[in-house]
Amino acid sequence: MIATFFFYVFAVILIASAAMVVSSRNPVHSVLFLILAFFNAAALFLIAGAEFLAMVLVIVYVGAVAVLFLFVVMMLDVNFAELRGGFQRYLPVGAAIGAVLLFELVGIYWGWTVAPQAAALRLSPAPPVSNTQALGDVIYTDYIFLFQAAGLVLLVAMIGAIVLTLRERRMSRHQVIARQTARTVAETLELVDISVGVGVKSLGIYRPKMPEPPAEPAHAGGGHAEGGHHAPEVR
Amino acid sequence: MSQMMEVGLGHYLVVSAILLVLGVFGIFLNRKNIIIILMSIELILLAVNLNLVAFSAAHGDLAGQVMAMFVLTVAAAEAAIGLAIVLVYFRNRGSIQVEDVNLMKG
Repeated sequence: MIATFFFYVFAVILIASAAMVVSSRNPVHSVLFLILAFFNAAALFLIAGAEFLAMVLVIVYVGAVAVLFLFVVMMLDVNFAELRGGFQRYLPVGAAIGAVLLFELVGIYWGWTVAPQAAALRLSPAPPVSNTQALGDVIYTDYIFLFQAAGLVLLVAMIGAIVLTLRERRMSRHQVIARQTARTVAETLELVDISVGVGVKSLGIYRPKMPEPPAEPAHAGGGHAEGGHHAPEVR
Repeated sequence: MSQMMEVGLGHYLVVSAILLVLGVFGIFLNRKNIIIILMSIELILLAVNLNLVAFSAAHGDLAGQVMAMFVLTVAAAEAAIGLAIVLVYFRNRGSIQVEDVNLMKG
């Protein structure tokens, strides 16, 4: 009874916050409502008995994914009000497609029953231990390849995100080996004939010409017109 | 009435169906803002997870929860990659308008 009450409470908050996610004016509010939705979904998982997944949902989604969204929303200097345009224009088609989808789902739910032999077809029946222990028993034995594949997916995602967003900024001076090995004596060393007994006072300080800073890419091409585009610099 | 008062599979299915519809609706509603589209995809995947967990709990089968974990992983990876692409696109073009994404259109 109490579980039923809380199920309805969490379900209503979940759906309301999901509606706010898609209809909120400010994307920051959208992200915050998304976090609220994740919390309530975790509560629903708890009511269903999936404790481990509930905690994972809170940690992974709220702690990582939603915060990532928040970072990106705050990092991008975008006029979000401009992106709101066409809201009324897209509303009918969105509502129509949503209604069709909901109609189909209701239709499926209407004429749907659990197969009588479903209990016999269980892939990994839940043993009478705690949810986390049971899940661990199953993941590391029967579903080990799935587990490894999940790890690979995360690895690829990590590498991909780093590769995509890595921007090499020339804030400090780097050693360029090719330039060092390409130096010749002629361009670095200069021999000057000085007659005997002539001092600096009469000769003046001889300053060799500084070598030109090599191959600064020409700015005429408009490569920086967009403000942020960084082609790989040639040095 | 007692059918109504006990939380069963049907309740979860209804909630996740509404959540899925809201996600799809959000994609169409915010067609210009790719960040909200990504959030809508997260909502859809959350609905999938809710379905998997509900079936898993109803049938006493742990496979559904394992699948839900896999979906969770994929969703996290998708969000990271999607946001990275958005970031790179914003750096290059200075906007995230979905309608402006037509560089490859020849």
